[in-house]
Amino acid sequence: MTESLRSPLGRVRGLGSARSGTTHWWRQRLTALALLPLIIWFVIGLVSHVGADHAAVVAWIAAPLNAALLVLLLTAGFWHVQLGGRVIIEDYIHGEGLKIFSVVALNFATIAVGLACVLAVLKLALRTV
Amino acid sequence: MAGVQRPLSPHLQVYRPQISSVLSITHRITGASLGFGTLLLAWWLISAATGAEAFAQAQGVLGSIPGRLVLFGFTWALFYHLCNGIRHLGWDAGLGFEIPVMERTGIAVIIFSIVLTIAAWAVGCTLAGGVA
Ligand code: HEM
Repeated sequence: MTESLRSPLGRVRGLGSARSGTTHWWRQRLTALALLPLIIWFVIGLVSHVGADHAAVVAWIAAPLNAALLVLLLTAGFWHVQLGGRVIIEDYIHGEGLKIFSVVALNFATIAVGLACVLAVLKLALRTV
Repeated sequence: MAGVQRPLSPHLQVYRPQISSVLSITHRITGASLGFGTLLLAWWLISAATGAEAFAQAQGVLGSIPGRLVLFGFTWALFYHLCNGIRHLGWDAGLGFEIPVMERTGIAVIIFSIVLTIAAWAVGCTLAGGVA
């Protein structure tokens, strides 16, 4: 056994084949932490608008604070899904080609759908009444 | 290498389900389902941004009986994933690893997710003025 002179921190920093250490794991936790209050706020907002008409829902989405919180929620949420979905793919899909294809497809899909959601919110928030 | 008796990972088909394993796979299933559920959220937001007519159409589908069943399922999945996510973050902070504590927090997650789901729908239905 050769004793390594590297500190545990030194090992983690930039190690691993992807040179990313614990970055993926850490981002999954950070996005989860961010989602916690945002999801609670969003669910309360949704529940209090059950049965509301289009004008009322649009007014809620477009209010500056709400629009900002929605963009944060969408960013953290789609990022969280991209990170979490990748782990699921890597656990169950073993063929190298299909695995890479699936991860790329997940990345494209989460960015595309997430961006579409953000644009919908911005369209409402930035419209001139 | 040879001769080292390494523990085998559990063979799922013959492994007795336990609260820990069942809740764990449920976290994954709810996470993946919610991931697909973001498509519904996107549809709803985009129809709201498109106009009153598109929004009414989306609301009509989501408010139908099958639509409500799907939304009810997603409500529970979200609350489950949220509650169990807190449990996960606790573990990441080094809290709650003792088996009895884990079982208790696990049961709490089940109870809270169901209670929150029913509460959210009770409030929503009341605000909407009845189930119809
Ligand atoms: C309410 C806030 C949320 C919290 C606190 C939370 C927490 C977590 C945590 C801690 C993990 C990592 C679990 C692990 O390492 O095994 C995770 C995984 C995951 N989450 Fe969330 N989450 C939240 C919301 C969401 C939402 C809204 C979605 C989807 C739209 C989602 C989708 C996923 C997925 C797909 C995974 C991967 C599951 C796996 O690896 O088994 N999460 N979540």
